[in-house]
Amino acid sequence: MIHSLFVINHSGDVFMEKHWRSIIPRTVMDYFFEAQRQVVKDNKGHEDVPCVIATPHHYLISIYHNSLYFVAVCMSEVPPLFVIEFLHTVVDILEKYFSECNESNIKEHYVVVYELLDEVLDNGYPLATEPNILQELIKPPNIIGNLINTVTGKSNVSSVLPSGQLSNVPWRRADVKYTNNEAYFDIVEEVDAIIDKTGSTVFAEIAGKIECCVRLSGTPDLTLSFINPRLMDDVSLHPCVRLKRWENERILSFVPPDGSFCLMTYHVGCQSAVAIPIYIRHNFFLPKENSQSQTGKIEITVGPRQTMGRVVENLQLSIPMPKFVLNCTVTVNQGRATFDPVTKILLWDVGKIDPTKLPNMRGQIHIQSGAVILQSTPSVNVQFTLSQTAISGLKVHRLDMFGENYKPFKGVKYLTKAGNFQIRM
Amino acid sequence: MASGNLGLTYGGQEKTPSLSGETEFAAEAGAPGGLFHADYKRHDDLKQMLDSSKDSLKLEAMKRIIGMVAKGRDASDLFPAVVKNVVSKNIEVKKLVYVYLVRYAEEQQDLALLSISTFQRALKDPNQLIRASALRVLSSIRVPVIVPIMMLAIRDSVSDMSPYVRKTAAHAIPKLYDLDPEQKDELVMVIERLLSDQTTLVVGSAVMAFEQVCPERTDLIHKNFRKLCAVLVDVEEWGQVIIIGMLTRYARTQFTDPNINGTSYSQKDKPFYEDSEEDDEKSKQRESLALDPDHRLLLRNTKPLLQSRNSSVVMAVAQLYHHLAPKEDVAVVTRALIRLLRSHREVQTVVLNSIASMSVNRKDMFEPFLKNFFVRNTDATQIKLLKLEILTNLANESNITFILREFQTYISSQDRDLVAATIQAIGRCAAGIKEVTDTCLSGLIALLSNSDELVVAESVVVIKKLLQTQQGSHGDIVGQMARLVNRITVPQARAAILWLVGEHCEKKRVSKMAPDVLRFMARSFANEQDVVKLQILNLAAKLCLSNPKQTKVLCQYVFSLAKYDQNYDIRDRVRFLRHLIFPSTEQAVLAKYAKKIFLASKPPPVIESVFKDRDEFQLGSLSHYLNSRVVGYMDLPSFPAVAPDSSVRDVESPRPTIPITSVPGNSTGTSSKGKKKETFYSESSSEDEERNEDSGSSDSKSDSSSETESGSADSDSDASASDEDDDDDSINISQQNIVRLSPSLSPSPPTHRLTRSLVIQSSSESQYSSNSSDSDSSISDTPEKASPRMPLAVPKSNLDLLLDLDVSDSVTTPVMASIPGIPLASLANTSNSDSSIQPASAVYISTRPMELVSSVSSGCSLQILYRYTRSVNLYSASMVTIELTLINTGNEDLAEIKIANKNLPVGISMHEFTTLSSLPAGATRLVTLGIDFGDSTQTVSCDLVASGRPIRVNFRPSVGELIRPVTCTEGVFINEQGKLKGMNEHSFPITNLSELGDVKNISTKLFRAANMASINSSEQNTLRFAGQTLSSKSLVLVTILIGTNPKLTVCCEKMIIGSMLLAELKEALKN
Repeated sequence: MIHSLFVINHSGDVFMEKHWRSIIPRTVMDYFFEAQRQVVKDNKGHEDVPCVIATPHHYLISIYHNSLYFVAVCMSEVPPLFVIEFLHTVVDILEKYFSECNESNIKEHYVVVYELLDEVLDNGYPLATEPNILQELIKPPNIIGNLINTVTGKSNVSSVLPSGQLSNVPWRRADVKYTNNEAYFDIVEEVDAIIDKTGSTVFAEIAGKIECCVRLSGTPDLTLSFINPRLMDDVSLHPCVRLKRWENERILSFVPPDGSFCLMTYHVGCQSAVAIPIYIRHNFFLPKENSQSQTGKIEITVGPRQTMGRVVENLQLSIPMPKFVLNCTVTVNQGRATFDPVTKILLWDVGKIDPTKLPNMRGQIHIQSGAVILQSTPSVNVQFTLSQTAISGLKVHRLDMFGENYKPFKGVKYLTKAGNFQIRM
Repeated sequence: MASGNLGLTYGGQEKTPSLSGETEFAAEAGAPGGLFHADYKRHDDLKQMLDSSKDSLKLEAMKRIIGMVAKGRDASDLFPAVVKNVVSKNIEVKKLVYVYLVRYAEEQQDLALLSISTFQRALKDPNQLIRASALRVLSSIRVPVIVPIMMLAIRDSVSDMSPYVRKTAAHAIPKLYDLDPEQKDELVMVIERLLSDQTTLVVGSAVMAFEQVCPERTDLIHKNFRKLCAVLVDVEEWGQVIIIGMLTRYARTQFTDPNINGTSYSQKDKPFYEDSEEDDEKSKQRESLALDPDHRLLLRNTKPLLQSRNSSVVMAVAQLYHHLAPKEDVAVVTRALIRLLRSHREVQTVVLNSIASMSVNRKDMFEPFLKNFFVRNTDATQIKLLKLEILTNLANESNITFILREFQTYISSQDRDLVAATIQAIGRCAAGIKEVTDTCLSGLIALLSNSDELVVAESVVVIKKLLQTQQGSHGDIVGQMARLVNRITVPQARAAILWLVGEHCEKKRVSKMAPDVLRFMARSFANEQDVVKLQILNLAAKLCLSNPKQTKVLCQYVFSLAKYDQNYDIRDRVRFLRHLIFPSTEQAVLAKYAKKIFLASKPPPVIESVFKDRDEFQLGSLSHYLNSRVVGYMDLPSFPAVAPDSSVRDVESPRPTIPITSVPGNSTGTSSKGKKKETFYSESSSEDEERNEDSGSSDSKSDSSSETESGSADSDSDASASDEDDDDDSINISQQNIVRLSPSLSPSPPTHRLTRSLVIQSSSESQYSSNSSDSDSSISDTPEKASPRMPLAVPKSNLDLLLDLDVSDSVTTPVMASIPGIPLASLANTSNSDSSIQPASAVYISTRPMELVSSVSSGCSLQILYRYTRSVNLYSASMVTIELTLINTGNEDLAEIKIANKNLPVGISMHEFTTLSSLPAGATRLVTLGIDFGDSTQTVSCDLVASGRPIRVNFRPSVGELIRPVTCTEGVFINEQGKLKGMNEHSFPITNLSELGDVKNISTKLFRAANMASINSSEQNTLRFAGQTLSSKSLVLVTILIGTNPKLTVCCEKMIIGSMLLAELKEALKN
């Protein structure tokens, strides 16, 4: 299983290491750095560092998160997904503890991180990865807690085993008490789409998830039902959800973890045509290969399409330009457009779409002199949100609570976002 | 304020630039000469903090040390200072010390042993978290000598009430196995027990241990198979992955191939498959009827896990279906796999890899999801390539136009790798699907005029492959490509063109151009890459054969260029070609066939998926991902032709799965009790264990407070004592501390002396009396039951003894007598004075005294000789008798010779001789001295005053003299030796056996070195000697094996004595 973990920052320093079995020297990371250099040499992004690297004696399995690499070292056969999933779990845990998993936070809380790492794995095999259990074992750092600890001499390490570790509901900590009992459900849907040159949809799909923030005292038992559960085609569920009830009645019945978590993710079947909320008219050309001119042209207009009566907000278009583009000078009638000459990305932050005056961008593309012009066409990555609506039409029917006597405050929010939304030009 | 100050100095010595300018300056100033000094000092302040009595300071220090460990800096020199704090009351300090200990114990094994007793004590703590963490740390310390302690701890914890502790025990098993694979048999028994555990918390870890230690023991799974299937859904995610992996292998050995009846699941016989579609319904029924019910159970119970949020669980289920399910059922996993494609990049990569492999044989499974594999420009290159691979695998007549249109957009992508791979993919589609071959080929030819050289080059290579597979004349295409040779610089493409020209050099249009091509290439030969050079030679040879008139000279020119090439492959090739084409002698037989050889028709290359051959590896495994065998990979067994007996999985009565509740006391407690009856152990030693368990759980509650308190007091004193000599020598501390810990074994409370003596009187000469009959009569083993189990039972009781070490350590008062849980037997054993072990007289007594003080060094003409008489001291049996010979070599009388100023270390006492009133000149007197060395080899110094003048004398005994001989029967000897295993056993292979001479000679040498008695041995090649340390009466057993593997083994409860004696005997046998 997992022998060691190395955390590497953006500049290629190993700034944290943890060994669960015998100590593996840092030099093993040289193989990783070698792979990293290779990627940089090939003009690729950090994403392209292979996630499994085989070295003569070790196997390095890495994930990339927030400009940090988490590299696990294994020495024998292990399902690679097991390790990758575990590393992501670690990142999630650290995010729960420090709100953001970045270098400075880890450095600031070395000891807590180390204690956590000691708790999540035993001999390279996961031991306790439920955030609720960990939070009971090792208190997340906060200013007030630190102050109290200094004054009272208490430590932020628990001396008793969290009851969750023993119970059938390992995800929930015991003795939760709130003065305000509340449960919020965010239904977030993402539209994935590929739209081709002519504006026709090559591929479109809706994937949704239900993010919860539940702060309820005691051990509440919740059921969440939908008006139209048949829309959901393929789901993945948090372990707290009772599988049988879902399969038979399409009702989510669960004892929630304390705090925020992702209850389920679902997928809306292809058979129902996906409403694409925006359209783009574009005009893009680069100078011909042998022509004298060093400038190309770009013109884009965005408009709303099927928006279910909502306003398209936070619209953002990013266009990765070919490497030989020197600069783009564009004028927009709305929002702000910037070109990053290093990453060669033309970013247009549009904002809301006003149907009466469509956002428009036009301008010139300057080419590096002497560069070989390749007739490649960029594609536009689109970001947008439609608030107060789930584009699939999914609706929550009701939320009931059993097992406790108080009346909780309940809330459901819908949101539609662009997921992997691409328009080929 | 103190910590702030310290923090500042610490910051200064850190290698990272500090914010404070002042400290930076300080560090720089000290840099040239004081580098080491600074380093030394850095840890000094941490040591101070660790030694302080304030928990807050300790915590601060530990946090900084852990910070260093986390950064990967070396903090090993703090080990002695840190390890003391293992007894800290502060839970966080303790935890950090544990973390530190696990990190460095391997490097500092001796010191790490100091902490062991703390863990042993913690293993009996009423708090399950503390028990579990103690077990975790104890098992993580990779020190081989504690193997027996670990083994015992694991075996105890396996029957712990708390499932969490049992889980930890399961985790400890592979650790112990790594440390000492010889424990496997015992561990397997423990695993068997854990596998039958009812709680879901434990099951996952138990299977993990099974997989690591004994994956080949499928027989252990039979009984648990149905239970595992039933609880699978409730097991935590990581456990699910492990269990599914294991069950996949298990099912492969137990069930027959579900696809065996005629329908092989490779899609090559597609028409057949389509035909069978109509009676699909029927065949499905038939097949599922044929399926073993257990097989179906497995498939049915794993299916819900496809909805897990954990991608590795989904993948595990997918591979299970891939390898085990009837082919109609495999499709259920598709959706879930597609879902994973929305996950993190790394997950996508691995999943796509598996899909790519599956899609080779299971096209229909993924075909409906074709669009999900369309490439996006935001994908990482690796993912793009995998998607392309899958798209190509899925291509068939109906969707090919769709796929090709998609491919077209990829060609204008900015990602060069994707473009290249797309062209290759087009080539594969063209070769695979006859309908589109021509379209593809013309498309590829169109690409030859692309502005991008990479596209052109890649197309050339692909076209070359395609042309090879196509029959018919391609003169125009080759001709068109030959013209490109000047434009393309990519070596592979040039090589491909040259090959094509050479191959088609007899074709109508090519034959005219070919010599020109060669002429061009000959001119640029020197600057070409090696691949191209080889192809130029090839072309030259072919042309020379087909068109010698135009090209012979050119060919010779190229050959002579190649003859002096730097690359030996090229030189080699040209040598070979020259002899074929321009034979120097008449007998060149091959040269006649040169044309046939070169212009033979070649078999077309097979263009197929690179994932084709990955079937040999289990889907989703690391080996599969890397397509190479990884260490520890276990091959998936192929289905048996005939299923083994399925009744092995039958359980007598289907036990209801008892869900764990948050109250572990009642339900699980009873269930584990009830279960015990049917486990393996219940027969041999469950009573024993139960007894231990009782003492652990019920009694510790009553006396735990007193116990821990006194324990901490003890160790505190330890800590402070070792502080004093902290600076000197760390090894020294360790030895002292171990010695200090161990004597607590010896002074057994008076009450026990009594009982023991009673036992001695009452018990017969039976050799088993000591360890069975004097404990509770109700639980004593009957001799006939005990005797065949001797090898199993003996190490166990010995380990008991080790465990009890800390109990007696903390409670040395008679209180112990009132603890019913402590087996009397073990106490009796600690003192080892069994009725069957009798003192004996010394075999060898040295008659030659050695010089202690010479007359010159004494300064007063007194010479002192000494000799060990090896007789029992009259004053105290624990004293070593030393005979001193006092000789007055001078001319004056010496008056009043006596011992004075004896500054004896703790635990050592001396019985001095009566003062000599006078020693006349030239006279010799004998006096005897008794010294109780307390079983240590510490030097005892005192002053011998003669005529008022002190002479310093030092007594440093050899270990051999601290022993007195005892005899016993061979049986008792072996029995006792069995108890002294592990840490207590020291052995050394004898290398110079031939020089030693016969048995008698060896015995003599041994007797000379150590005061021991020989034990009659029934085995010819084994010599046995027994002795007893003088003050603590611990047995010392020496075995010398003469035979093929001569070995010297010393067993002694006191590790120090044992190891030192071994060293001495080694020396003695050498001389």
